Amino acid sequence: MVIYGIALLGICTLVGLYTGQLLGAFFGIDTNVGGIGIAMLLLMYFSNSLNARFKIGDISEKGITFWSMIYIPIVVAMAAKQNVIGAIDGGFMAILAGIIVVLVSFIFIPIISNFEKNK
Amino acid sequence: MTIFEEVLVGNNLITAFVFVGITVYLAYFISDKLTRGRFHGSAIAIILGLIFAYFAGVFTGGEKGVADIAILSGVGILGGSMLRDFAIVATAYGAKFSDLRSSGKAGILSLFFGVILSFILGALVAIAFGYEDPKDITTIGAGTVTFVVGPVSGSAIGASSDVIALSIAAGLVKSILVMTLTPLFAKQVGLDNPKSAMVFGGLMGTNSGVAAGLAAVDPKLVPYGAMTATFYTAVGCLLVPSVLFLLVDVFF
Repeated sequence: MVIYGIALLGICTLVGLYTGQLLGAFFGIDTNVGGIGIAMLLLMYFSNSLNARFKIGDISEKGITFWSMIYIPIVVAMAAKQNVIGAIDGGFMAILAGIIVVLVSFIFIPIISNFEKNK
Repeated sequence: MTIFEEVLVGNNLITAFVFVGITVYLAYFISDKLTRGRFHGSAIAIILGLIFAYFAGVFTGGEKGVADIAILSGVGILGGSMLRDFAIVATAYGAKFSDLRSSGKAGILSLFFGVILSFILGALVAIAFGYEDPKDITTIGAGTVTFVVGPVSGSAIGASSDVIALSIAAGLVKSILVMTLTPLFAKQVGLDNPKSAMVFGGLMGTNSGVAAGLAAVDPKLVPYGAMTATFYTAVGCLLVPSVLFLLVDVFF
């Protein structure tokens, strides 16, 4: 049943977000601490162990893979609802700060990836 | 309101599917015909989305891009954090534990390094523009971490509301630049494997930027980048108003 896959995805997402919110409250910050990451780990755990012990089934699996495939259209919708004006209206300083941070961060991607490789 | 508009508004999520579908089709058409496939369709679709958001903002004066237009209000649901997070979690299906484990250290390193680096660069720009109050410098630095960390830190340390608005703007610029520049630089910075995707997520941190940037490069990398990015805002909210603010306070 396709709903089993969607429900499993939903359980992982809700448990992850709930845990993340609890962690946020624990640290005293009003933000979710890694909820999505926890949810992803849960789903990875289930997808690995379910395949080994009892099959989730091809059709149930489609309930998960559908959402994974619809990801890019969701991101396009997310782009279309951004506050682009707010970014541009922030003035020269905000734009400059954003540009510098992004460019310098890009430079560090290969540096950190390779640093770990060499050790 | 005409009957046609009523149908579109009443079924706004379905209208959003159609809107995004047409946008993606247009993007792949442009990718195919104008760039001969050199520029990826999803990258163009994301840029088109941002352009639509810009014009929608000009016409409506709102903050939610095309979602402020009544018939496109469903785009706000489709592109909102609920479905986005749901889809991001779904991308983890089929991701490998072993890849996560082998790049875990680099991911954690990039997470802390990324928050501190973004903060320092943002703070330096603020100083260069003549800000002297440690609260202002910290808040602007926080904004370049992400547009969530900016207002969270700013209100925690008691910065003025115009500086907080500025920090949100800096964070938005960062997020939009990550969305648009990632496909351009992906090759040069070696963003083609799970490990560099985790480092990318940790360095950039902005959820929407990382989500869109990786979607335009290779959707298989999304879970790895999203994994580190999901901790980024939290690390920022923890470090900035405490340790980093105290450090700025010592120097100024």
